[in-house]
Amino acid sequence: MESRVHVVGLGVISAIGKTVDETLTSFENHRHGLGPLSLFDSVHRQLPVGEVKISNTQLANELAIKGSFNRTTLLGIYAARHALNSVKLSLPWRRGILSGTTVGGMDRSEKFFSQYVAGADADFSLVKDHECGSVTERIAEDLGATDHISTINTACSSSVNSIIYASRLIKQGYLDVAIAGGVDSLTKFTLNGFNSLMILDKELCKPFDADRNGLNLGEGAGFLVLVSDQVLRDEALNSLCTISGYGNTNDAFHQTASSEDGRGSFLAMESALRSSRLKPSQIDYINLHGTGTKNNDSSEGVAVQRLFGDIVPLASSTKSFTGHTLGASGGIEAVFSVMSLVHGCVFPNLRFQSKMAEVNFSPIREFKNALNVRHVMSNSFGFGGNCSSIIFSR
Amino acid sequence: MTYINGIASISPQHSFGNNPLDGIVSSLSRKFECIEPDYSPWIDPRAIRRMSKIIRTGVAAAALALKEAGIEKPDAIVTGTGLGCITDTTQFLTRLIQNKEEALNPTPFIQSTHNTVASQIALLLQCFGYNQTYSQRGFSFENALHDAMMLLEEKSAQNVLIGGIDEVTDVTVKIFDRFGFSKAVHGEGAAFFVLSDAPMNAWAEIAGMRTIYKPKESTQVTSQLKDLLEAAETRMEDIDLILLGSDDDQTRNSIINKMNVPFSPPTYSFKELCGEYSTASSFALWLGVMAIKKGFFPNRPQPEQVKKVLIYNPYFNQHHSLILLKAC
Repeated sequence: MESRVHVVGLGVISAIGKTVDETLTSFENHRHGLGPLSLFDSVHRQLPVGEVKISNTQLANELAIKGSFNRTTLLGIYAARHALNSVKLSLPWRRGILSGTTVGGMDRSEKFFSQYVAGADADFSLVKDHECGSVTERIAEDLGATDHISTINTACSSSVNSIIYASRLIKQGYLDVAIAGGVDSLTKFTLNGFNSLMILDKELCKPFDADRNGLNLGEGAGFLVLVSDQVLRDEALNSLCTISGYGNTNDAFHQTASSEDGRGSFLAMESALRSSRLKPSQIDYINLHGTGTKNNDSSEGVAVQRLFGDIVPLASSTKSFTGHTLGASGGIEAVFSVMSLVHGCVFPNLRFQSKMAEVNFSPIREFKNALNVRHVMSNSFGFGGNCSSIIFSR
Repeated sequence: MTYINGIASISPQHSFGNNPLDGIVSSLSRKFECIEPDYSPWIDPRAIRRMSKIIRTGVAAAALALKEAGIEKPDAIVTGTGLGCITDTTQFLTRLIQNKEEALNPTPFIQSTHNTVASQIALLLQCFGYNQTYSQRGFSFENALHDAMMLLEEKSAQNVLIGGIDEVTDVTVKIFDRFGFSKAVHGEGAAFFVLSDAPMNAWAEIAGMRTIYKPKESTQVTSQLKDLLEAAETRMEDIDLILLGSDDDQTRNSIINKMNVPFSPPTYSFKELCGEYSTASSFALWLGVMAIKKGFFPNRPQPEQVKKVLIYNPYFNQHHSLILLKAC
């Protein structure tokens, strides 16, 4: 019989906190983490971003890491260690890591490149860990989880896909313990990329609002520790929730834009529901992808409306707190989804004022707790039409 | 069972189209680039102008593999790439620096994400199914292969299109050389396969795969190899051909001698044909299937009949992968 997949540990670092507890406090107090750019020099420094307010040196010191790692690796190790350290494992299980990232070591590669383009004697050591896979290998070695290593890069749906893949590996008996999620750091490359697409809001983002103007970029990492039934039993662990369903589809509409009717996102949510054997009415909360761009929110909203009909569950975009953390967003929001189940709470969608014309539901505006949250859906959609949806159940 | 029902490769060899491998091409420089075909039967000429090399080789190889398999639309698309769309990435970075972050054309940024090839294929085929891209250095293609084998096992797909794609540029050559990998000729390629749960007109079958990350001792590789052979009910003596991703005798001996077999199967260093790159094992898989299907092998005394092929790729001695192929 297929094993169930249990979530037994969480680790998250983002603009609203470097631990699960700090994050929850920020949510309770409606305290977002968006503000001016301070990590690097840029002509776009007026654009709000969701930075993790800790320098690389501080991160390395706190982690007692020697050697110079790129920011993506440091943030990844930070959250992944937190997740794994929250779980006491005494037996030699097959341990693997599955991580989603889009920038890899770009924060240092772009420094190398400016030297290289200038014809200067470029410091090649800066690109040593450029590859996305290299970041994951550093994390795997730090955690001693090298029995399986996978990095997924499906743009902004990367880390939901890594959690889905980890779940399948555990179900099929290829792995016992998986640290799954993702990480991305803020870079000049992505800031300029999204700016060239003219989808960055110059003000704080307003996901799902009729007057939304784009997204704010963010950074961070979010990892879950997933285990099989056997590990849960033999180690007498507490299951926070299970992964009950997931769907991965492609919108096949445009390299960057989503289809008007959100066919890819609809199919992803529908397939997640089908695999979880749940009815739409059983979903208590949706953590929306909700980037704040005109196109995404409209497309996602229409798909949600079509799937859930007149009774749309409580829903919000936590990107109004963290900014869009790209490849890390699925991992970070997976941690938020589990927090919602564990604490019986749902998170506010900040700065929402007026409903979009194309839907008849509004996201929630207040932090609410003491709720009976049993099933949470989390959406992540990316460039290239990659759409994924996952369901966590208590 | 994982059957290979269609294959295609664009590589530094004449591998695409009629009479593949008819005449072997040797690398004349440190950079071993693909021989690109006439794309007009495969890609709309208007679309092709916007495509970087990794996208056009990937899209064309995917189209041929599907045609060979007689499949219009797969249930899933899974790719592996070590460096992703590195030409578009470096182009956007260069402009960003030169233009001091002003007035940038978004196209190279849009096409810089690693999933661009898998997405473009989905877009062209209008394939709404499972879509995934792995980027795990020397295991990028192996991850894709493993995912596809699991999709078939789970019965969530019947036909999966998988591919290994990477491109070589002047910058990547300089960087890899700087990190002491200077012996290798740097290659590139796009190799695609249709994997299915039913043989249809199968070219070969994947009998198993193992990966070993940074083994502390070479015995870890041999024990995985023994395990792989045992699971496939195959003896080392039954292997007709070993495709080796290394040309040094030490690696060759470390694996073959330790197996304690009465004789060692003929081995061939496949990177002579494709160069070194993260997803070179996808080219080896194409070569292995060709050996089984066509009984044909370059530059070597032709084995009478190739029924079982072992691919061993010790990528920079860090990512070791073993793939066992057999005739159907």
